[in-house]
Amino acid sequence: MKEIYLDYAATTPTEKQVVDKMYEAYRLAYGNPSSIHLVGRRAKGYVEEAREVIASYIGADPKEIYFTSGGTECDNWAIKGTAYARQKRGKHIITSCIEHHAILHSCEYLEKQGYEITYLPVDKYGSVSIADLKKAIREDTILISIMMANNEMGTLQPIKEIGEIAKKKGILFHSDAVQALGSVPINVDAMNLDMMSLSSHKIYGPKGVGAMYIRKGVRIEPFMHGGAQEFKKRAGTHNVIDIAGFGQAVKILKENDKVYVAHYQKIRDYLRDRITQEIDYVQLNGHCEKRLPNNLNISIGYVEGEALLLSLDMEGICVSTGSACSSGSLKPSHVAMALHIGDDFIHGTTRFTVGRFTSIEDIDYTVDKLKEIVARLRAMSPTYRERNI
Amino acid sequence: MDYTNKVIEHFKNPKNVGELEGANAVGRVGSASCGDKMEMYLLIEDGIIKDAKFMTFGCAAAISSSSVATELLKGMTIQEAKELKNQKVVEELGGLPGEKIHCSVMVEEAVKAALEDYEKRNKKKNI
Repeated sequence: MKEIYLDYAATTPTEKQVVDKMYEAYRLAYGNPSSIHLVGRRAKGYVEEAREVIASYIGADPKEIYFTSGGTECDNWAIKGTAYARQKRGKHIITSCIEHHAILHSCEYLEKQGYEITYLPVDKYGSVSIADLKKAIREDTILISIMMANNEMGTLQPIKEIGEIAKKKGILFHSDAVQALGSVPINVDAMNLDMMSLSSHKIYGPKGVGAMYIRKGVRIEPFMHGGAQEFKKRAGTHNVIDIAGFGQAVKILKENDKVYVAHYQKIRDYLRDRITQEIDYVQLNGHCEKRLPNNLNISIGYVEGEALLLSLDMEGICVSTGSACSSGSLKPSHVAMALHIGDDFIHGTTRFTVGRFTSIEDIDYTVDKLKEIVARLRAMSPTYRERNI
Repeated sequence: MDYTNKVIEHFKNPKNVGELEGANAVGRVGSASCGDKMEMYLLIEDGIIKDAKFMTFGCAAAISSSSVATELLKGMTIQEAKELKNQKVVEELGGLPGEKIHCSVMVEEAVKAALEDYEKRNKKKNI
């Protein structure tokens, strides 16, 4: 059976050059980077090489890069670490209602401890408004955390403007850039970022490793206590192999990101055009221009997302849905709800994310199957029969 | 989602899909919690369900529950249909994930609604 992977926003396959680098590290860098002997130093070399390439890719200093276990740890650390370090200054944090759960649930955890959180709404495209942000800022606001690109809808947020406002007000600014890395040019100074979450497995690197950017001079509480690793801010023996792989994945981006972005865009636009031209009652979600180049999020009217996902899966096509039935909570995704997608459409919210290995042929096969599946599901859907014709 | 083979089978090839022409008992229900909608069509003659069809907007659990229920209903007496519980549907499917049990409850409700509709129609006739 065919296997067509269109869920690159969930995770990516590990690139061959990355695996090669990891294999090399497995053989040579078995030491503990904290050991000062030969073998330890060799392992440390792999870690520092990765740190340097990641720093240079985002316009940072290597000393501002802290390796972690991934995006979730970064988000937890940024939110809680800042809250604990700055609690004397204030207990108010501003974020958005469409953040990743690693941010939202960390904020909810802090609310139980007496912190106050403002969750900025988004417009129908999924963008936060600068006016809303300005209104939300208070004397005791200590942190603004807004994601660079939304993982479901693909909408890009006005990070530069938010950074300027935060800087002017003396508020720390964190951005979850897990989905944006590699698809959007990132420069920590131009964007006025104080902190940023990065993950390896979204950029064709291994899972279980990420990095946090923390601007020099910004003090946040450590999250992991223990040894003196990572400039005494993140304890634990380095995950040398995965860090080496992460570094290699970023190195590949550094050399080829523009080529990849052009490829994503071409494939994604082709997918979008075929679907909108050949299937009726389809709504495009997110912003039409300010969006990730590889993300297409649509709501297919009168079709339920989980049924659609499973039907595509039976044809070997892997996508993702924000429907209520697939969430386990009986509610559509918090992002789909924040965009106020209409009742007949919200349950059919489907995300296609293309990648380096997606071809036009893959898209043709997908759309052909999608048309059949949508027709089949609509034929048994009472909501389709009753649609407003 | 861990669905049984039986669920997948009925989802792939649902039995008795569509509106039933000449149906004399129609039940329409919707789940406010998840947005699913279901319609059950029955043709009842001499107190026996001669035919059953359904239309469903919902997930694989909702579609397969509807499909299995229509199969069970055919040949049942009105009394038997009244006593059809969602557990029976779940059993026929070889089980449903916990968060999907409500889909089978919706089928039970759709059958009940159809039978109420049948009674209402008959009362009118008798007047």
